[in-house]
Amino acid sequence: MWEYFTQRSDQILFASWQHFSLVGQSLLLATLIAVVIAVLSYRSSAMSAAANSVSAIGLTIPSFALVGLLIAPVGFGVIPAVIVVTFYAALPILRNALVGLSGIPDDVVESARGIGMSRMRTLLTVELPMAWPVILAGVRVSGQMVMGIATIAAYSLGPGLGAFIFSGLDRLGGANSLESVVIGVVGVIILAFILDLLLVAVGRLTIPRGIRV
Amino acid sequence: MSENHRTASTASEAPGTEHDSGTQGVSITLEGITKRYDSGKPPAVDGLNMEIPAGSIVMFCGPSGCGKTTTLKMINRLIEPSSGRVLIDGEDVTDLDADRLRRRLGYVIQAGGLFPHMTVAKNIGLVPRMLGWDASRIRARVDELLELVSLDPATYRDRFPRELSGGQQQRVGVARALAADPPVLLMDEPFGAVDPITRQRLQDELIAIHSELKKTIVCVTHDFDEAVKLGDWIVIFREGGILAQYDSPERILAQPANSFVEDFMGAGAGLKQLSLSRLDDVELTEPVRVRAGAPAAEAVETMRAAGEDYVVVVDDQDRPVDWLIASQLERLETLPTQVNEDLPVVYNRASLNDALDSMLVTTTSSAIVVGKRRQMLGLVTVDTIMDVISGLNGRAHDTAAEAPLGQNEPEEFEIPEDDGRTGRNTDEAIAAKQREDSTADTGDAGDDTAAGDPAGGAIADDTAGNTTGDTAAGEPDDRPAGAHRADGDRP
Repeated sequence: MWEYFTQRSDQILFASWQHFSLVGQSLLLATLIAVVIAVLSYRSSAMSAAANSVSAIGLTIPSFALVGLLIAPVGFGVIPAVIVVTFYAALPILRNALVGLSGIPDDVVESARGIGMSRMRTLLTVELPMAWPVILAGVRVSGQMVMGIATIAAYSLGPGLGAFIFSGLDRLGGANSLESVVIGVVGVIILAFILDLLLVAVGRLTIPRGIRV
Repeated sequence: MSENHRTASTASEAPGTEHDSGTQGVSITLEGITKRYDSGKPPAVDGLNMEIPAGSIVMFCGPSGCGKTTTLKMINRLIEPSSGRVLIDGEDVTDLDADRLRRRLGYVIQAGGLFPHMTVAKNIGLVPRMLGWDASRIRARVDELLELVSLDPATYRDRFPRELSGGQQQRVGVARALAADPPVLLMDEPFGAVDPITRQRLQDELIAIHSELKKTIVCVTHDFDEAVKLGDWIVIFREGGILAQYDSPERILAQPANSFVEDFMGAGAGLKQLSLSRLDDVELTEPVRVRAGAPAAEAVETMRAAGEDYVVVVDDQDRPVDWLIASQLERLETLPTQVNEDLPVVYNRASLNDALDSMLVTTTSSAIVVGKRRQMLGLVTVDTIMDVISGLNGRAHDTAAEAPLGQNEPEEFEIPEDDGRTGRNTDEAIAAKQREDSTADTGDAGDDTAAGDPAGGAIADDTAGNTTGDTAAGEPDDRPAGAHRADGDRP
């Protein structure tokens, strides 16, 4: 096992980096998309309900199937991987962003409006900062989840550790097949751990002391 | 406890002398403002006309759903009126940009409405920042305001709201509203979320701040006692934004315009009048003063010579240390120097109600009145307060001439069956019209005309129940004093 790792360490580290980068960038994109959708829909109960349903139903779609379906319209490689990872990452963030934004007490918003803040300023300086801890919790959940989902990207020849798992499983029983799968799985777990630590650090830096739990 | 609160209330006066250059209050005029949420239902506020005089405290008071908060929020257009105009200092603000308008009007809500993710300084500096002040000016202003609301800037500037008590949060809320020195302060149930002792202290501070800054303050409350304590004028609303009475606290207490106001005030109107009188206004009794640390025998002599049976021990700056009755005094060698924390001490700006509270808490029949720097001014006794109660009932008539105008638009207004007048105002024509209306309305309540006679008033009212005929008495000044009746009616 160790031998397998040392022999292919360059390849493994590169794939790990690719995997991490795919997840990191998709997560960032997903956060943006989810927050924008939440901002657009949290004021209306019908829109929030719709967004919540999308979030719940979306998570039930098998990721493997989604990747397969995307190959036809967008082809192989990085693009279907990014789409799938971003899609799944956005769902928990969307849900949390809705909870965070609608959980802000009415009187806080009213007092912001009452002292002459515009709608936009209230959103940017009061509502989003106050909802941020909840949104960030959603980002952490998403990060853990899509770290696993990103392995599916290998099915569409995307980047990441998925390739080790797929190739190992394909020739299970063959030489180094188990090693290949284990390296892929352990790599994903380690990456997930690192990402979570990073997100905790982001929280420390971005959540104001006044609302830190 | 009560001592702390007095200290706080005078502490807020101390920095006062420094800010006398601020913007003073301006008048607010509501012209036929109506708020209709649902075209099928009756409006929340119906054609209200009202003048709010510059520099006064006007309390909006009434049961929930009476439109008082809606009316307040229509002033800064957090709620847009369906029709009508709002004039601030004579300027029609109905079509101004609402955000800009609100930066000119201070706004305070329950618990201050502070933003939990910002420090106290940042919360207070929000409006100045929006107005484009530079950082150093904002910093100076924040410190100035924290001092004004009796919070030490160095201690509280960088705290977050959750690190403050409810009363402190409320103070920061007031400071934030005053940050850009607006001429008007709108307050929506500001003291609803704090405990009674803190509330009393905050009320005292608001009075002190008002007497210093002379802003126009419009304050919504459901607590009639609070309205009496704070208000120069009180507006009592009834359901549907109907103005039931708009007058000075004295007159409302002495002459409720109709049965609705009477019911709303509740029992004990006579006692409520105590909130109207400050200790400044009553004659104090001068006790025998003796110096702390002096030999007790001397004090006994002085006391006997004055024919008293107690002395008040004061320090060299005339601040009360303790009070001693003859038997205690005789047991002592020298007079105490340690301040007795349980003394019933009240500041001269406190109301008689507060003084009475202190006496009840310490079970004494008098309280020590102190002024600036806690110097003793004299004693106030229960007897003095009782005299004031009996005197107050006659005092209410003086303010009628200056009462600001307020009414619902006559043509739209339907007089409810159980109600005589809609409000008191100085405009003779309207007053006359309303009397006309009400006489017509109470035509079937003929028996109640006896209400003009004070002795018969209580009986007539008891039997009349809700179909009150109080307006049938004609001239409002003939009405029996509210105090006696209210006390008699409700155990």
